[in-house]
Amino acid sequence: MKRRDFIHLAGLGIGASVLPVPLMGNHIPAEALLEVPIDPVKKKMLADVALNTAKSIGASYADVRIGRYLNQYVFTREDKVQNIVNTESFGVGVRVISKGTWGFASTHDVTPDGIKRATEEAVAIAKANAKIQKEPVQLVPVQPYGEVSWKTPIEKNTMAVPVSEKADLLLAANAAAMENGANFVNSALFMVNEQKYFASTEGSYIDQDVHRIWPTFNVTCIDRAKGKFKSRQALSAPMGMGYEYMDGRKEGKLDGPGGLTHYGKYYDIVEDATAAAKQAKEMLTAKSVDAGKYDLVLDPNHLGLTIHESVGHPLELDRVLGYEANYAGTSFATIDKWESKSFNYGNKLVNLFADKTQVGSLGAVGYDDEGVKCKKWDLVKEGILVNYQAIRDQAHILGERESHGCCYSQSWSDVQFQRMPNVSLAPGNETYSAKDMIKDVEKGIYIIGRGSYSIDQQRYNFQFGGTLFYEIKDGEIKGMLNDVAYQSNTQEFWNSCAKICDESDYRLFGSFFDGKGQPSQISAVSHGSSTTRFNGVNVINTGRNI
Amino acid sequence: MAIISKDEARQILEKVLSFSSAENCEVNLSGSRQGNIRYARNTVSTSGVQENISLVITSSFGKKSGVATINEFDDESLKRAVKRSEELAKLSPENPEFMEPLGPQEYSESKTFAESTAKIDAEYRAEAAADSMGPAAQKGVTAAGFLEHGAGFNSMMNSKGLFAYNQNTNVDFTVTMRSNDGTGSGWVTRDFNDVSKLDTGEASKIAIDKALQSREARAIEPGKYTVILEPAASVQLLNNMFGSFNARTADEGRSFMSKEGGGSKLGEKIVDERINIYSDPQHPEVPTSTWTGNGLPRKKMKWLENGVVKNLFYSRYWAKEKGVEPVPFPGNGIMEGGDATLEDMIKDTKRGILVTRLWYIRTVDPQTLLYTGLTRDGTFFIENGKIKHPVKNFRFNESPIIMLNNLESLGVQSRVNGNLIPLMKVRDFTFTSLSDAV
Repeated sequence: MKRRDFIHLAGLGIGASVLPVPLMGNHIPAEALLEVPIDPVKKKMLADVALNTAKSIGASYADVRIGRYLNQYVFTREDKVQNIVNTESFGVGVRVISKGTWGFASTHDVTPDGIKRATEEAVAIAKANAKIQKEPVQLVPVQPYGEVSWKTPIEKNTMAVPVSEKADLLLAANAAAMENGANFVNSALFMVNEQKYFASTEGSYIDQDVHRIWPTFNVTCIDRAKGKFKSRQALSAPMGMGYEYMDGRKEGKLDGPGGLTHYGKYYDIVEDATAAAKQAKEMLTAKSVDAGKYDLVLDPNHLGLTIHESVGHPLELDRVLGYEANYAGTSFATIDKWESKSFNYGNKLVNLFADKTQVGSLGAVGYDDEGVKCKKWDLVKEGILVNYQAIRDQAHILGERESHGCCYSQSWSDVQFQRMPNVSLAPGNETYSAKDMIKDVEKGIYIIGRGSYSIDQQRYNFQFGGTLFYEIKDGEIKGMLNDVAYQSNTQEFWNSCAKICDESDYRLFGSFFDGKGQPSQISAVSHGSSTTRFNGVNVINTGRNI
Repeated sequence: MAIISKDEARQILEKVLSFSSAENCEVNLSGSRQGNIRYARNTVSTSGVQENISLVITSSFGKKSGVATINEFDDESLKRAVKRSEELAKLSPENPEFMEPLGPQEYSESKTFAESTAKIDAEYRAEAAADSMGPAAQKGVTAAGFLEHGAGFNSMMNSKGLFAYNQNTNVDFTVTMRSNDGTGSGWVTRDFNDVSKLDTGEASKIAIDKALQSREARAIEPGKYTVILEPAASVQLLNNMFGSFNARTADEGRSFMSKEGGGSKLGEKIVDERINIYSDPQHPEVPTSTWTGNGLPRKKMKWLENGVVKNLFYSRYWAKEKGVEPVPFPGNGIMEGGDATLEDMIKDTKRGILVTRLWYIRTVDPQTLLYTGLTRDGTFFIENGKIKHPVKNFRFNESPIIMLNNLESLGVQSRVNGNLIPLMKVRDFTFTSLSDAV
């Protein structure tokens, strides 16, 4: 499905038209989100239909995913609830290897007959494609786990909270923004529950219950006389949590430089919307930046996207090998650089790791979508490139005997493939806060929140904006800036890392709808970091007169 | 099962409406069968098919609406779904922007379905991929491509008597060819309703040539250059510009189309007077459905005429607020061009850059429609009417409004992503940095 179809399907007015919201599934009543339509015993019986059928018609491997994907989305603007959407997508995807070639088919007909037909189609596709296959699939071994289960550790299931409570909270945030000078505000709450059952001919039957949540808003202030407008997005992070994320608990807040409040494990949407309106108003008259070199102090809620684009994507092994060449591109981080054991991705301060187990993160699951138990591993150690992200049919290329466990599909109806795990920057060892960091900067810019982001197809050259920009002069914050974007090269940037704050400042940033593959699939992934300084980065002025 | 005929759809929809006891009821029935093949490293990687059918029932009482979806069509299931949508409607909050369903409409015949595309099977997909990979391997080039096809139908009926039905097919093909030494890359895109117009071998040769010609690119200084933009290079910037042709955001003061002091730029000249853009659902090269998801008829519509904004789109609600007729979002964009071929345009260029495509385009400033992104898969330096050598890719920061004001000339049109876009020569296109990416 193309992006324009997402928007068309959403049909949700302005609030949705700025977001590529995939509404995959049937509309159901909110109460049905809590129903359990099918138990693990029945799922195992259905899964065995696929595995036995595949083996009987010549498949050397098969896996089956019976998935129930639930979404609840709430959209509001100003004092109106625009839409409440509850969807369920239920079906089966079967993946097989026959004659050394992958084949995949899916069906919403979750019956023994439907599953048998889909399995036969998957095998037929594999056989048709085997004629043009030049690299037979090789899988690294995986342990058979037997019958196991995993659940996101949540305190409060989002789907059990009444919709009216959620809508009221968004409307309260909107009202706070309007009272503080906003002209417009759109807000939304995205909640996802993936109930996935995986089985394979390797001997695993894995039942998982995965939860995610993302509150967000966009506050706009207008200077009608000048025909100008400025917007400030929420400083929330999508999380692998339940509704407890919305509690706004005090221990989730951090008192940042310049009187700013940062959010960690818990979020206070009303407080953030209040600040957003004041800041959007201030932006209308803020100073335009002077282009030049600056020391950049990057908040985790901003740096997460830079990590995502300049570290997460280039270290996907399928990209490195050329499997994504026709869409997202390839990677500068080629195998020879990894083999050299001396490629300086960054300087010695830089330690980047992948972790599919971090509590509260979007990427945390017990097992990936090909039945591999999840783990943590290093990607860049003291600046040196040491590893990639790989799945079962790639790990042998790295000489490894086990997969990294980062295979994922957005739904039962799409084939699983390698997706980015949580990729994070390790905090600094010495006690050091964001306020300490500002004091140490002579000429710099403090950047908070995500903004415009663009990077080339091999992940060398990038340009990033942000949500909030503050000028730092002689160790103090001097005021807000407009029209800021920084341009750099990935290796040069990570080698300009000057200081990383300690663990007490470590927070997660998240991407809820990360796109990859053809047909494009979304996934959700977190990136943790502490506030970090990069010295002498090139800042451009993006202001134009039209 | 994925495609239900017009008569069968009408019968199902009539039956659903007969079960309704709501003030208003609208039912959408759609289905599709889609298939794809993906290859990389000169070998197939994944391939699959998806089939889906779904019936969406929207019931309303006053300004309260409820929606239920179902994919089973026996009487009991249909009755249950209708009842569920009615219960949900009664429980839902009032929508102040609710619009009653439209009455019967007249739609022109659509040209979006081709039997040839509906018949595509696994064998066809494998052959199409082989036709692309074969010539690549012979020339020392590595192919990574994707072919996706679909056949489907959409239909709707409501309690005011409206009925609409459409069948469509599509095939989309893209391939990236990279020289085996990793220093050159070429790309091509094709999309049609009728697959008999697609030749993956012919298209792949263009990408192979670009891959070979773009090897060992030289770095030249970033700055303002005259560029020749192939249709695939400009289409996304034009689409993004089109996104601001929304009357509501313009009137609200939060769009490029908002005017100083209030109001919109409707009727103002915003780009060069040679720019004419319209949409036409019945254009033979880029046909689209002749109605939108809520039943509004799509007609031929001018958006930019001689550089002047002629229309903005109005939702039914915003049109009512403003006392005008609703203008639906178009299904295609057709930009008028000229007779010049790419060769003519190159010959006519003293110093410039030929751009195959622009990539990773993101908004920098919605106020000025400033976008950033990079050139990709074939960027060449032109001097004295000839391509001199490939150049390293550039990052650009540019607004389509500035681009269309700096127009030098227009060339022949071709179909890209369901639109018809001409070759364009533009002066002073702003490249801000160099990229090492190939």
